[in-house]
Amino acid sequence: MTEILDILLSASFWAAAIRIASPLIFAAMGELICERAGVLNLGIEGIMVVGAFAGWMAVYAGAGLWMGVGVALVMGMVFGAVHATLTVPFGLSQHVVGLGITLLATAATYYAYRIALPEVTSPPKIDAFEPYTVPILGDLPLLGEALFQQTPLTYAAFATAALTAFVLFRTPLGLALRAAGENPASVAAQGLSVTGLRMGAVIVGSGLMAVGGAFLTMSAFDSFFFEMVNGRGWICIALVVFGAWKPGKTLLGAILFAAFDALQIRLQQTPIGADAPYQVFLMAPYILSILALVVMSRRASVPAALMVPFNKGER
Amino acid sequence: MRLEPIPAPSLTRQIGLPVLALVATALFAMGLAALAGAAPGEVAWLVVKGAVGSKFALLETLNRATPLIFTGLAVAVAFRAKLWNIGAEAQLYMGAVLTVVLGTGLLGWPAALLLPTLAVAAMIAGACALLVPTILKTRFGVDEVVTTLLLNFVALLFVSYLLEGPLKDPMGMGWPKSPRLIPEARLPRIAEGLRLHWGFALGIIAACLVWVLQTRTIWGYEMRAVGLNIKAARFAGMPVNRVLLRTALLSGGLAALAGFSEVAGAKGSLTLDLSPGFGYTGIIVAMLALLHPLGVVVAALFVAGIFVGADSMSRAASVPTYIADIVLATALLAMVLAIGLTRRRVRWT
Repeated sequence: MTEILDILLSASFWAAAIRIASPLIFAAMGELICERAGVLNLGIEGIMVVGAFAGWMAVYAGAGLWMGVGVALVMGMVFGAVHATLTVPFGLSQHVVGLGITLLATAATYYAYRIALPEVTSPPKIDAFEPYTVPILGDLPLLGEALFQQTPLTYAAFATAALTAFVLFRTPLGLALRAAGENPASVAAQGLSVTGLRMGAVIVGSGLMAVGGAFLTMSAFDSFFFEMVNGRGWICIALVVFGAWKPGKTLLGAILFAAFDALQIRLQQTPIGADAPYQVFLMAPYILSILALVVMSRRASVPAALMVPFNKGER
Repeated sequence: MRLEPIPAPSLTRQIGLPVLALVATALFAMGLAALAGAAPGEVAWLVVKGAVGSKFALLETLNRATPLIFTGLAVAVAFRAKLWNIGAEAQLYMGAVLTVVLGTGLLGWPAALLLPTLAVAAMIAGACALLVPTILKTRFGVDEVVTTLLLNFVALLFVSYLLEGPLKDPMGMGWPKSPRLIPEARLPRIAEGLRLHWGFALGIIAACLVWVLQTRTIWGYEMRAVGLNIKAARFAGMPVNRVLLRTALLSGGLAALAGFSEVAGAKGSLTLDLSPGFGYTGIIVAMLALLHPLGVVVAALFVAGIFVGADSMSRAASVPTYIADIVLATALLAMVLAIGLTRRRVRWT
């Protein structure tokens, strides 16, 4: 047990947890926006792959780092627009379309990778985001190293969560968006377009998912690998349920999950890890997500119109 | 824009729209090939030739279609009851694991007894793998999409552990690979000298049985009723949760048969790359088949043909083989849209 305690008290452990949480925060906020507007976006896993590739490829081709993030955002929005068109005005099954988008986005990324880099055996590296120490705050003991010596994209992730919370709960747009997910008929009665709100939410949300993917290739690592997203999108869907569709709780859930993930990586190197097969540790995050879903689903506050298509004039 | 229901769609509409979807997909694929710097017409020809152009190619397509028939049926059965089983991949591997556990010498029975036992054992393993998320759904209201998806990763890690631990082949030169099945546990070839095993025939039999079950029995009727309108089914007195559990057992069992047939028929042992996403491709197969069990066989042949054809094409032309995955995902989306527009028309306001 002392080993676990030692790990939990080290600043580098929490710094790793925050780093692992960052892509999850971006993508989970994207999913949360979609679901609050009433659309389940199962395209998340594939859109993260697109973002990871697009951002990295743009930088490799000569763009600046922030430009790369922008490219990832736009590519995510393109796939989000396809998802939104099929699920919102056409009202098609959000399950099937979402999975279709994931399959399409993943395959399109791998295809683009092979066309862009036909001859390479190992993917080229880029100059990724460097950690930036925030003046004064970065010198704090423990907290400084954990929170304020991260890369700019991590700060952007936290800012995104704050902005999501602000827009959803403090602006008329957020109210309309949430109403579109709870009671779309009331939104239509106000003369607002449910279709427009939902499509906008899916497109913006998908953009954020892609930025989450871009974090992996531009901040966590400096290169693109197949399978690097590895279920993170699905975990974000679980995180949104765990966070009861609230940005603050979802953010906490992401950090908690990331802390657990960082812990299992470190535990593998301790005597406990030497005894148990490493697969048990790798399984833990997925099983934890399932358990979290079981515990939280009892008091779930699902948006009432989630996955219910809205067709104006139809009752 | 607004969608208006069409109470009785014309036959032209019912057939024309899905055909249009496939034509649009084919044109899109040719555009992609042109993007890779190849001649689209030639690429299309190479794909067709690679899929059905020779006896070897045709058999390769039939072999590749075999696991897809099973996973396609698994998805079709589950989706029909609106049970979103995205975990066919996990169930496939659980079936494969049990086939290996019992088929590598633990049961030294003659083939006539051993093969059916292995198939049933595999089905039970797959059924249990889907039972867990289904019980979580019926008892706790946990969405099965996320749980089945996450369990795919757990299952693959579990297989990886088995292949490096208890099920490791001592003669495997350190590769994560199981020992080979005993000869009695191998599915024989359909005809002497023909490179096609009985798994394919089993798949067609399974498709027919599922079709009979769905259209000619009360259980099948209940599954469809729950899928069409769960409230109405409950109101009519159907035991909805029990119907969902029954559906899960059948769906998981069918997916596991893919694992059984791949291990006992095609490969003879279990490795971590036994399934290149057969579980996920099963979703495409089922949707292209409009969830019809007999359509699944046709769709599986089509999908397998695209994969086999694209593999052979990418060796000749400079087009990456991933074009097959793009084409199939596009076909899925186009088909869903076509079906959606069969019963509804767009009215611009």
